Amino acid sequence: MAAFILRRVVQTLLVLLVMSFVIYALIGLMPGDPVDMMIAGNPGATPEVVAALRKIYGADQPLMVRYWHWLSDALRGDFGFSRTHSQPVLEVLAPALWQTCQLMIGSFVVSVILSFALGIVAALRPGGWVDGLISLCAFAGISVPVFWLALMMILVFAVELHWFPASGIANVGDGGLRDRLMHLVMPITTLALANTGAFIRYVRASMIEVMRMDHVRTARAKGAGEGRVVLIHAFRNALIPVVTIMALSFGVLFNGALLTETMFAQPGMGKMIYDSIQGNDYNLALVGLLFATLVTLLSNLAADLAYGWLDPRIALA
Amino acid sequence: MNFRAALAAAVALLALPFAAPAQAKDDLVIGVAQFPSSLHPAIDAEVIKFYVLNFGIRPMTAFNPDWKNSCLLCAQLPTIENGLAKIEDKPGGGKGMAVTFKLKPDLKWGDGVPVTTKDLEFTWKVGRDPASGFSNGNPWNRYTALDIVDDHTAVAHLSSVDVHYNEMDILLPEHIEAPILAKAGNAAEYIKQTAYNRAPTTPGLWDGPFMITAYQSGVQVVLEPNPYWAGPKPGFKRIVIKLIENTAALQANLLSGDVDMVAGEGVGLTIDQVLALRKSYPDKFTYIFKPSLTYEHIDLKVENPILADGRVRQALLSAIDRNQLVSRLFEGLQPVADSWVNPLDQNFTKDVPHYPYDPAKAKSLLAAAGWTPGADGICRNAKGDKLSLDFQTTAGNKLRELIQQVLQSQWKASCVEVVIKNEPPRTLFGETLKKRSFNGLVQYGWSSSVGSSPRRTLHSAQIPTAENNWGGANYIAFNNKQMDADIDRADSELDPVKQKAIWADMQKLYTQETYVLPLFFRAEPHVVPKWLKGYTPTGHGDMSMLWSENWSYGAN
Repeated sequence: MAAFILRRVVQTLLVLLVMSFVIYALIGLMPGDPVDMMIAGNPGATPEVVAALRKIYGADQPLMVRYWHWLSDALRGDFGFSRTHSQPVLEVLAPALWQTCQLMIGSFVVSVILSFALGIVAALRPGGWVDGLISLCAFAGISVPVFWLALMMILVFAVELHWFPASGIANVGDGGLRDRLMHLVMPITTLALANTGAFIRYVRASMIEVMRMDHVRTARAKGAGEGRVVLIHAFRNALIPVVTIMALSFGVLFNGALLTETMFAQPGMGKMIYDSIQGNDYNLALVGLLFATLVTLLSNLAADLAYGWLDPRIALA
Repeated sequence: MNFRAALAAAVALLALPFAAPAQAKDDLVIGVAQFPSSLHPAIDAEVIKFYVLNFGIRPMTAFNPDWKNSCLLCAQLPTIENGLAKIEDKPGGGKGMAVTFKLKPDLKWGDGVPVTTKDLEFTWKVGRDPASGFSNGNPWNRYTALDIVDDHTAVAHLSSVDVHYNEMDILLPEHIEAPILAKAGNAAEYIKQTAYNRAPTTPGLWDGPFMITAYQSGVQVVLEPNPYWAGPKPGFKRIVIKLIENTAALQANLLSGDVDMVAGEGVGLTIDQVLALRKSYPDKFTYIFKPSLTYEHIDLKVENPILADGRVRQALLSAIDRNQLVSRLFEGLQPVADSWVNPLDQNFTKDVPHYPYDPAKAKSLLAAAGWTPGADGICRNAKGDKLSLDFQTTAGNKLRELIQQVLQSQWKASCVEVVIKNEPPRTLFGETLKKRSFNGLVQYGWSSSVGSSPRRTLHSAQIPTAENNWGGANYIAFNNKQMDADIDRADSELDPVKQKAIWADMQKLYTQETYVLPLFFRAEPHVVPKWLKGYTPTGHGDMSMLWSENWSYGAN
């Protein structure tokens, strides 16, 4: 197990190194540079001023030289300065990450609980009206665009009913726990509804397959109660493919939910990465994307470790 | 806490009555769709940055809502007439100017430190250093010397006679920024360390009626009254500028009452969205549409053999009905442009060639240029080449794409084919325009300030080339000796009558040459609560926040 984890950690570091170069090069290929953004619409930016700014921001250097400088600094713990926030990158990343953690963990937990419950119920009577209703809701969740769902939530629960604030993370002058929770309800619900549909389908399909297996029939024949058969004998085995999907989804969720964050004015990782790419903010985009890569890799590692726990026959070597 | 107690607490929390966030009328929440990347007054030139800054820091002078230059920090506007500005002989020969600026005596930064000529001297020294990282050094590097007379009086010496001699920018607080600059040692490090970016809630950074008391990058800015502000007492105890990037969500926030108003200065909703809002909720808000200096137009690539012929360029303009376009799409609220000079500008002239909608004239001009309609309705020349041009704008900008479609159909009626080839904004501005790689028509808009020189967009020295590292913004490659001479003269002509005549000549040259198809001046669409009093949009770069101490709550 230790050797497996060590090997995966080394692989992760290598992937991050390669990705850092690939991402840096790809951002460098985009039209314009940070100084172009600064001088856009500025009548006072003469060619001399532009040249001076390019020198100050290092935009006059070749891409490889800039990457080497970035990598050298990063290895010393200096991830650079964000041009679009005028703050060190880590100071921008930390609050965005915290915001994303709240949103993603909240929505992931809600999605998992709902999908486990509804997926199992649907799988118990495949083809029945309950299954049909749950499947209909699941497909609706999969099909509805997130931005539309978010907008409808705002119109219904903020504009009409005034139950929840329409956007932001806290009211000025308040910022207490209840205030913050109230601001999280709609974004978490939107994200959770968007993910639950797919999760339900995976849980249902996996459960239907497992319920037909011999060991489930054997458990019933031995007189085990239906609850025990479903939850202990079937569900644990049905989880193996589901965990893979959920682990990958968790990584994707952590990369941020750009639309939900934008609609509800939640300054998380998705919006931060998008804005930094749009604003030619190399340092922030690079660190944000690398962090997203890291979370995806770690989620996969966690899924691999979970297989061993769910099915001890799977050896991690 | 045991499980039962935790459950009870959770139930109690959920059982609390749901209520909309209370916004007292002494708070004003403004929704914006952009957020500043920096708060330093001289780094970056974003509109949204000045939208925020202008609540808290004032330039020495500004153009008021009547588009007249006026004092904000100075006691009296220096002019030749009042003797505070004089033309002087320069030591090495030639003429320069000496301009006496007198600061108002009771000005203080938010920490109680007086605003003095030390601040002016510090800002001048930093601003004129080419390595300062300031994105616009012009306000400061035109002063060759600064004589400090006393704490409130300084004489600025200009290297030339300059029509903008009595316009002066924002001052930086010497007592806060000088130690940071000294410690940083160079511009790159100063940009990272300036208190405007690292500690914007420092009271000493602000000399206006408000100062920033809370700042969350990418979320919101909170401003509260500056206790040392000597002017009229602000009407609000708190102003919150809140970022909601998605404009549909921004409208929903406006309707839910989470924001009170949406900024109209190009950082909030677009005009079509505000027109739709007005249609649905005509009585809920006050809607103000203020014509602005943002000039929407189409640049032509005159190196294209088709567009090299002036008759074809004039035909393109005569073939489009701009009045109908503005009337149908914007309810006539955006004035049609004849040139880049706004009719509200004092140097505007009507005495220029006009190109009203006249499809018959367009066809005859095309025929004279050798283009006659083919069987498919598109013009061809003697060689059989089609009159077909690429037409580009910023992809994803719904309004521009709509305008393109209207113009495309109008040109087609005059036998001109335009092929729409849009690009993302960063490609269009970062490559295509910057390197002049377009080969037909490009539609976009740009903003200028009141009376600002067209040097960067029309002077031949500002044509972007590889040699000048693609600097300058003369994307149309306007290369006219008379225009160059006019621009040089306009910069130094102090007589308003002669100044107006020079500008009239520039506008005439511009409209005669038709290197550009002027469309319209954008109107700023402001959505404000009915109870907001004292709010006067300006339509130019010195925005209404410079007079925000006059804003207040008032019963309907």
